[in-house]
Amino acid sequence: MKTYSAKELIACRVAGEMRDGDVVNLGIGLPTLVSNYLPEGINITLQSENGFVGLAPVGSEVDPDLVNAGGKPSGIFPGGATFDSFMSFALIRGGHVDVTVLGGLQVDQDGNLANWMIPGKMVPGMGGAMDLVAGAKKVIVAMEHTAKDGAAKILKTCSLPLTGKGVVSLIVTELAVIKVTSDGLLLEEISPFTTVEEVVAKTEAKLIISDHVGVMKGLEQLEK
Amino acid sequence: MSKVISQEELAALFEDKVSVMMGGFMGVGAPAALVRILVEQGVKDLTLITSDTATPDTGVGPLIVNRQVKKIIASHIGTNPETGRQMIAGETEVELVPQGTLAERIRAGGAGLGGILTPTGLGTVVEEGKEKLLVNGKEYLLELPLRADIALLKAYKADKAGNLVYRQSARNFNPIMALAADLVIVEVEEVVEVGEIKPDEVMTPGILVDKVVCCGRIS
Repeated sequence: MKTYSAKELIACRVAGEMRDGDVVNLGIGLPTLVSNYLPEGINITLQSENGFVGLAPVGSEVDPDLVNAGGKPSGIFPGGATFDSFMSFALIRGGHVDVTVLGGLQVDQDGNLANWMIPGKMVPGMGGAMDLVAGAKKVIVAMEHTAKDGAAKILKTCSLPLTGKGVVSLIVTELAVIKVTSDGLLLEEISPFTTVEEVVAKTEAKLIISDHVGVMKGLEQLEK
Repeated sequence: MSKVISQEELAALFEDKVSVMMGGFMGVGAPAALVRILVEQGVKDLTLITSDTATPDTGVGPLIVNRQVKKIIASHIGTNPETGRQMIAGETEVELVPQGTLAERIRAGGAGLGGILTPTGLGTVVEEGKEKLLVNGKEYLLELPLRADIALLKAYKADKAGNLVYRQSARNFNPIMALAADLVIVEVEEVVEVGEIKPDEVMTPGILVDKVVCCGRIS
């Protein structure tokens, strides 16, 4: 069987969560790859929190006034719209963004997310992340299952400062798809390259394991 | 009466210790020529309110590198290592505010509101020391208005009455900051006669703008 990088698997599986017509905000880094794997017939509108909808790949000419939320040159599709930061965050906080996809440093079994600082090491600021997790209808955390040193990132309780409390809807890693429910973390799917035992071993949080854990859906998009 | 002034007249408007709001997101829509004038003029101990501190050589970055700022209120400083260095060394005070909350606090300051209620930051360090209110059974943080002595903004085009038009994603914080400062100074690439910008095209009404400085396109 062909193998894929963790980033490819995660981005592809997250793309499968999109519904036709969704307004989506993709965080910087891995989440931006999601739009590469959208299934046929699924069209989404990307929101960029610096002030527009209709985010597109950068065209042949770079416009210095048009950048994405990472400050990188960007494009805008016909039918897009530009606005100020007040409108941008009214869209985000007011529930007009259907899905936000963010990276994570830690997620815990209460749906808490930590992804904006490591005390004493990295204090870049939260940017728009706290507004996104507070306001988007669905919050998907797209991250590698464990840290580079192998430490668990899906925990009983986050130890790092939180970005949002009880805000996460779904966790997608290269190993598993985990839904945050009122009863706890529900293991819904695992990658074809792992086992339930491996997922449990690499997860500190308690996982609810149904009798029929599925195989990660939508990975056929990787072949396209 | 024309609001257009020269770059030379501008320098006399700045003093030490004033609070300054500055438009821009990662330097885009930031008044780069006004920053250059401030660096040359050397005002110090500024309080800066801005989305982010861009990079050392873009947006507000040069002001920070030149150590003219004593306090920064922003949502993101990670792309300008000098801001983080000054913060950790205790040389510059940094207050981090979620970006949407920053926008609303500035809007409140300019719109005559006593504050705003937001769910953003609940259950995080952002809520520390702040009042929480229950509205219709839902919890919110009370965030207080922000104003400044001076707003330094960037627009694409102005007419001589100060009506403004922005381009693409360069609008960001500029329109709300135009409401929230005692003196509003706008850097533009082009100045046109009154009437050339149609009323329906105006993005920030000229009554909010005190001074316009034409600096051309800074790349």
